[in-house]
Amino acid sequence: MRFPTFLTAPLIAALAFASPAAMANPDVSDWDAVSQAAQGQTVYWYAWGGSTATNDFIAWIGDRAEQQGVRLEHVKLSDTADAVGAVLTELQAGRETGGSVDLIWINGANFASMKSVGLLFGPFAEQLPNWQYVDVDGKTVTSDFTVPTEGYESPWAMAQLVFVYDSARVPEPPKNAARLLQWAQENPGRFTYPQPPDFLGTTFLKQMLIELVPDPAVLQDPVDEDYEDVTAILWDYLDQLTPYLWRQGRAYPETGPRQLQLINDGETDIAFSFSPGEATTAIANFDLPETVRTYVLDGGTLGNASFVAIPFNSSSKEGAMVVANILLSPEAQLRAQTPGILGYGTVLDMDRIPEADRAAFEALDLGIATLSPAELGQALPEPHPSWATRLADDWVARYGVAE
Amino acid sequence: MLRPLPLLTALVLAGPVLFGLIGTILPAFGYLVPGADRPMTMALTWPGLPRALTVSVTSGILSTLGALSVAALITAGWHGTRVFVWLERMLSPLLAVPHAAAALGLAFLVSPSGWILRIPANVMGWEAAPDLLILNDPWGLSLTAGLIAKEMPFLLLMMLAALTQVSAGPRLAVARSLGQGRVSAWMKAVFPDVYAQMRLPVLVVLVFGMTNVDVAVILGPTTPTTLSVQVTRWMMDPDLSARAVAAAGGLILFAATLVVLAVWLVAERLMARIGRAWVWSGRGAPERLARGCGLTLATGSAAMVLAGLAALAMWSVAARWAYPDLLPEALTLRSWSRFGPDMARTAFGTLALAGAATIISLTLVVGCLEAEHRFGLTLGQRALWLLYLPLLIPQVAFLPGLQLLPLTLGFGPSVWLVLAGHVVFVLPYVFLSLSGPFRAWDARLARIGAGLGASPNRTLWRLRLPMLTGPVLTAVAVGVAVSVGQYLATLLLGGGRVTTLVTEAVALSSGGDRRAIGVWGLGQALAALLPFAMALTVPAIVFRHRRGLHR
Repeated sequence: MRFPTFLTAPLIAALAFASPAAMANPDVSDWDAVSQAAQGQTVYWYAWGGSTATNDFIAWIGDRAEQQGVRLEHVKLSDTADAVGAVLTELQAGRETGGSVDLIWINGANFASMKSVGLLFGPFAEQLPNWQYVDVDGKTVTSDFTVPTEGYESPWAMAQLVFVYDSARVPEPPKNAARLLQWAQENPGRFTYPQPPDFLGTTFLKQMLIELVPDPAVLQDPVDEDYEDVTAILWDYLDQLTPYLWRQGRAYPETGPRQLQLINDGETDIAFSFSPGEATTAIANFDLPETVRTYVLDGGTLGNASFVAIPFNSSSKEGAMVVANILLSPEAQLRAQTPGILGYGTVLDMDRIPEADRAAFEALDLGIATLSPAELGQALPEPHPSWATRLADDWVARYGVAE
Repeated sequence: MLRPLPLLTALVLAGPVLFGLIGTILPAFGYLVPGADRPMTMALTWPGLPRALTVSVTSGILSTLGALSVAALITAGWHGTRVFVWLERMLSPLLAVPHAAAALGLAFLVSPSGWILRIPANVMGWEAAPDLLILNDPWGLSLTAGLIAKEMPFLLLMMLAALTQVSAGPRLAVARSLGQGRVSAWMKAVFPDVYAQMRLPVLVVLVFGMTNVDVAVILGPTTPTTLSVQVTRWMMDPDLSARAVAAAGGLILFAATLVVLAVWLVAERLMARIGRAWVWSGRGAPERLARGCGLTLATGSAAMVLAGLAALAMWSVAARWAYPDLLPEALTLRSWSRFGPDMARTAFGTLALAGAATIISLTLVVGCLEAEHRFGLTLGQRALWLLYLPLLIPQVAFLPGLQLLPLTLGFGPSVWLVLAGHVVFVLPYVFLSLSGPFRAWDARLARIGAGLGASPNRTLWRLRLPMLTGPVLTAVAVGVAVSVGQYLATLLLGGGRVTTLVTEAVALSSGGDRRAIGVWGLGQALAALLPFAMALTVPAIVFRHRRGLHR
């Protein structure tokens, strides 16, 4: 699973002066009118296209949308930031209607920057008919990396970092940062992480930082002057770890799926994923050995929600809302959670959905390598988006331009 | 109708390049892109620059030297033998295999857990793949090797074409009678003129080696990447001001290319001197070694590319396939039913784009050649350089500008822009492929036609083009193959929204789903090979009753 990466906030701030003019926007409170207007619209959904399981799921959503008169086109991105760039470019060129992006799979820094300069249409999320099922109390669906969503994006999946290991080769996986370092020293070349600024690679940096800093609460605020002091312990840790990484840290896998493939290729033994069900799905797709299992660290792991947002200049806002609504339907949520299809956590509240759907969710066999909600435990909150940006930049300067 | 065509063609070739260069130079120095703060300084102070530039330069030079040497050795040592005919047959389809597909195949072949090293792993019972930095090595050696394997067939073909312009037979006979061996005779008496004929293609290979993106992103280093890959990353950065940095990076690479080209031209003279001294010395060459090396390297690199494609094919039908198994546990068509339909749809779009670009190019080329025939209108000797212009200027130096400039004029990336971009790269190859046979057509036939009352147009449509069906179809196949392989032009000019087989295949390479890569990579290779197969079979069928037209 993959999320947007980082966007330099200063640039967006510089663009704030060009905030888009108001235009004829749909009345989101009148759903009949919205679904009427959506008929015949084509929605270009800009979403990361590096995972074939996700692509198949989006194609399935497309079939559902077709039944409601909306054509869905998946524009496969290598990085969500590309979609943000496309909207920004159009804003600069003064294209305030007929934009090319209708829906973005988004969260974190990209959402924070787009929302802050008014690049997003909304609020719309809480007016969607299926919003009634959403677990607003139990899951972090109304704030995104500490930024309140305020209806400018609609959630569709829950994610939590899990570590993936081959139980045939690693009898006892290391469950904290110190043990991980020790394990790497005993098994040189058998662990690596996706190369930051890749989202998952940066998440690894954040996860380690949360564990290593004495007081993780500082990470909830934007990056301050004390950045150097706070992160020194992380760089110290990485300096010790790097020589024992796969290829001695002279090369890194580009993305999360590539990192999983290294396990199948017998090159590494431990990886991680932001989707608790990804390992099970990968086993079903022959992408991982059947002996692979997952675990979380002793101190817990990072978790967050995936959202969809609609750019201010989309020409198919109604169609995009119809798609966002389909994503929240119990049927789609069940499919997303089914191991072998996606294995993403649902954003719905089991007590609110219809009886039959609840039974279907309960009947779901999560799969051999997926942890139960109890085993996953409480997810750790994401740090403020500015930390991810800073950490990724710093990592590139320290390790990304070798020797 | 015909008269303006040569000028139009010149504009089609040079216009976008110059337009694009301007669109790159302006932002590189802080104009055109708002919010860009001294982009040239930013690019120059990028910490990865020295290394990225070094790898770009070394992989470009070494791959060109390597490919040229192997092509020369194999021709010198084996031209005119049965082995050579066999080798030529094996190598020519490789020419059509897109760079990305070949690189993806090679990547699986040579990685420490790849097919080759799985053989010792099975024999010695290794439990885990060795931790060796073979792929993505910081010095770009795997990148260089991949480029050699892919460029060698191209240079060999160019060498064979050049050979027809040089009277090799008598020269070899004289040299051999002076006691020279096969290799040294060819090197001394034939190679200098052959090289002079194929100099431009060699320079194209050199520039491509230094500045390509699709091969470098798959086989090249990652910490940091080559400069061309980094420029592409800046180009795709959501932060618009990074595009100005990309433009500056593109210019730096362009400058480096110019320096390398200059050095290459000086080195040519130096080599000529050394070569002359060698000729006068009368000394021979290590014949057996040279012939052996040539054959081994040429077959080896061809075998690598073919084995890579076989690996792609195997992955596309593989069920579970774990290390260190040499073959998957079972075969399944699941990946094809999963990715096949989507791939086929994209293949259709890719071929439609390629077809459109080729037809436009073909129209312009035939128009130019016919204008030359009827009115003696040519662009002169400089035309050849003009033709090579889009191939000699690094794509990363003018494509960013070609994307930025229209954007500032208010129209964003689109399929039409992509089509225009493809024409710029397809046209030169179509021209080079068709001009020889077109000019070689016996003009007396036109006079007979005119004598029988046929208009020049009727002669063209009813006589000349039908007789040239074979060469025209070959030109079409070349055009389609070039278009199918265009990565950067599609990516940048389409703004990511125009997807073709190559953009999908390269995007998937980062994801690492080998089954999907197998399906898409094979699809891309087939899309490029299919027109060649048609170019071979169609004339044979159409002309089955015309023995004189059989080649």
